[in-house]
Amino acid sequence: MDKSPQELLQIELNPRKGDWLDPSLDFEARRGSWSYPGSIKALNYMGFPNPRAWSPTDDDWKLPDNWRQIIHDGLKERLSKYRSLRVFLDCCVRCGACADKCHFFIGSGDPKNMPVLRAELLRSVYRNDFTTAGRILGKVAGARKLTPDVLKEWYYYFFQCTECRRCSVFCPYGIDTAEITMLVRELLNLVGLNINWVVEPVANCHRTGNHLGIQPHTFKDNVEFLCEELEETTGIKVNPSINRKGAEILFIIPSADYFADPGIYTFMGYLLLFEHIGLDYTLSAYASEGGNFGLFTSHETIKRLNYKIYAEARRVGAKWILGGECGHMWRVLHQYMDTMNGPADFLQVPVSPITGTRFDNAASTKMVHICEFTSDLIHHNKLKLDPSRNDKWIPTFHDSCNPSRAMGLIEEPRYVLRNVCNTFHEMPENTIKEQTFCCGGGAGLGNDENMEMRMRGGLPRANAVKHVHEKHGVNLLTCVCAIDRATLPPLMEYWVPEVKVSGVHELVGNALVMQGENERTTDLRGEPLVEPRAEPEVEHDA
Amino acid sequence: MKAWIALLAVAALFGVVYVGVGLAGQQFLFGVVIPYVAIVVLLVGLVYRVLQWAGAPVPFRIPTVCGQQKSLPFIKHSRFDSPASGLQAAGRMALEVLLFRSLFRNTRVGLTPTQRVIHQSDKLLWAGALAFHWCLLLILLRHLRYFLEPVPALVLFLEQLDGFFQLTAPTFLLSSALIGAALLFLLGRRLLDPQVRFISLPADYFPLFLLLGIVGSGIFMRYVTKTDLLAVKQLSVGLVTLRPIVPESVGLPFYFHLFLVSCLFAYFPFSKLMHLGGVFLSPTRNLANNNRMRRHVNPWNPEVEVHTYQQWEDEFRDKLKAAGIALDGE
Repeated sequence: MDKSPQELLQIELNPRKGDWLDPSLDFEARRGSWSYPGSIKALNYMGFPNPRAWSPTDDDWKLPDNWRQIIHDGLKERLSKYRSLRVFLDCCVRCGACADKCHFFIGSGDPKNMPVLRAELLRSVYRNDFTTAGRILGKVAGARKLTPDVLKEWYYYFFQCTECRRCSVFCPYGIDTAEITMLVRELLNLVGLNINWVVEPVANCHRTGNHLGIQPHTFKDNVEFLCEELEETTGIKVNPSINRKGAEILFIIPSADYFADPGIYTFMGYLLLFEHIGLDYTLSAYASEGGNFGLFTSHETIKRLNYKIYAEARRVGAKWILGGECGHMWRVLHQYMDTMNGPADFLQVPVSPITGTRFDNAASTKMVHICEFTSDLIHHNKLKLDPSRNDKWIPTFHDSCNPSRAMGLIEEPRYVLRNVCNTFHEMPENTIKEQTFCCGGGAGLGNDENMEMRMRGGLPRANAVKHVHEKHGVNLLTCVCAIDRATLPPLMEYWVPEVKVSGVHELVGNALVMQGENERTTDLRGEPLVEPRAEPEVEHDA
Repeated sequence: MKAWIALLAVAALFGVVYVGVGLAGQQFLFGVVIPYVAIVVLLVGLVYRVLQWAGAPVPFRIPTVCGQQKSLPFIKHSRFDSPASGLQAAGRMALEVLLFRSLFRNTRVGLTPTQRVIHQSDKLLWAGALAFHWCLLLILLRHLRYFLEPVPALVLFLEQLDGFFQLTAPTFLLSSALIGAALLFLLGRRLLDPQVRFISLPADYFPLFLLLGIVGSGIFMRYVTKTDLLAVKQLSVGLVTLRPIVPESVGLPFYFHLFLVSCLFAYFPFSKLMHLGGVFLSPTRNLANNNRMRRHVNPWNPEVEVHTYQQWEDEFRDKLKAAGIALDGE
């Protein structure tokens, strides 16, 4: 990031003169706020349309000759398949309640980041193509023809929405910009417009089983390496199985948890927990990804990638599925998986083998969130915990967009945190729970070339963290999302460098008192349990 | 500019009545034909639009959850913000439709001079919108007195309630003042709030001016010109009993009022005013958050190309073997 926080903060939230119907955009001048296009290789692998080399800064985006017709037909088809789309396009009254609810608008002041205008970018074309008033009155009715500039504007702004759904909370009709963004991204994909940070993970996941493209032998190496680290810290040897048939539970996690700091510490926390309670579970190198970048591509791609989870549960003969900490992963698991790839009638209603609790809330999908699982364990006193091992941390909790607004997983992680830590402070109420702010890098936008927009979009979140940092000395931002664990560290580094980022189960792992463990002097990061204090100055008697 | 277009359009509607009734004497056209056409357009249009929405399937259950899910017994479930059943979802809808609950959450973001992002509660839009919609309902019900004989007790009761402040003769009706104030507030924020002004289209100003015209002409008739109410009732009863008559003594102000209402009716199905129906059909609000409890079926769930375990094993067989990961047959 070249720009300083002070430069970035020159934000004007009151739009000046000008008409949003004008679509012209200068991509060159806006570097730092858009993402590179999808690679030919990834598109070919997935069989996506129009693979080619191009850049948004080019004049000619090398679209198919009949691109206008493709988009028109694609929109028409989706209007007949999704009630959501038609209702959302028809009933917006432009009351403005959503206008200042988007993190990208707050951080940039760009009026087209007001959710209402983001939707109007599509709505204007819908009016022109599908409504009488739009056809007759044109601009007066807010209708626009689909020109190359309008298409470029779509590309820019629909890959500048993280599908966080915060605006939908405030909309009197529940108009969900995430739904509109998802469908416009589908349309864009039809003519070969997508971003590499989405399609490459998609292709990787399709082939190897995970977004990062980690092949099975490397998967195993990574897991073993993390187990060795864990043994070094705790003296406890864990030996998770991979692809094991006959395991009671299939455990699905986002791939970043076994790949990158700080997710790996959350992974260690999971494994330590399972060892603690003696859980019969297996990991899978085939279904080695809980996340689903199909969500940022098309509904069809969601289904293609999500297929593996039920398929693998069936193959290994698991009774039910447990899922790790990841945000958009849980949107797919909670709101799409059963509909797309169910019914999961070959699985059983999840029952905790430790407490006997039947998870009726997952009776159909048969997949339980690890925070639900762990809070149940804690509630039944099944864990031996020493929260003082987390005393160097003063945590707050960042609700990830999808667990809060697509699922309602709000109190479970807090319940866990309060039991594994001695202190806990909430951020201001307009920035948490259902009103939580995005990390700024969800929905495939967490890439380096988009860094300025990420720092802008993350401003409302970072600002709330800064508030509790200054007020309560908060020094740890906990979360239940792998994308957060990748995007929040640079965000904190930029806006509130004193605050670190962790998953919830990292802190669980720290607090677990294991049978036969070493005397614990370091946490799962290998750092001293207590911040070393400066040597007290000794007063000498003269 | 966009507001001017809308204002001019409404002014033109007044002009049409002035020419049509005042100069050309087309009372029957404006008193009977146009209202009939308007009401038919409204009804057919409403039904058409609602059927068009209802005809599109709901492939996925995508509620926007605004509270704690129903999960474990020791965690308090938020019934209306994360409804776990159809009944609870109906409760959520009722709060939404009757009390505009989502708007009640509204906040306003600001940047302080110390460059802090602050979120302040902002309930003005909620108050203005709620006042307008409830007054509109009350006024519509009150108008039943012009169509029904004898006037139903409910209507008389509402009138009494509405006329609680007996300030003027004829009795001052609170709803008239309140709806006018609410409309002026909604118009004012559209014109003065830079964000709302930027997003507004002529189609956003037009219904406001139209409604202000309707309310204005209504107030004018009640308090200024003392319109011949008996004649008005003759005309309106004639309309609903399909035996239309046009009494001589009905003056121009009434035709302004009636024509603008006709325009509102005919405009309704083609405009954003259809949010009246849309709010009931929004999948993010009217569905329960019970996705993992009960399977939602997508009627067009497509077949897709997947990467099966076998394909994966075939590609990575050597590596799996070398790493000692069990193959499927083993």
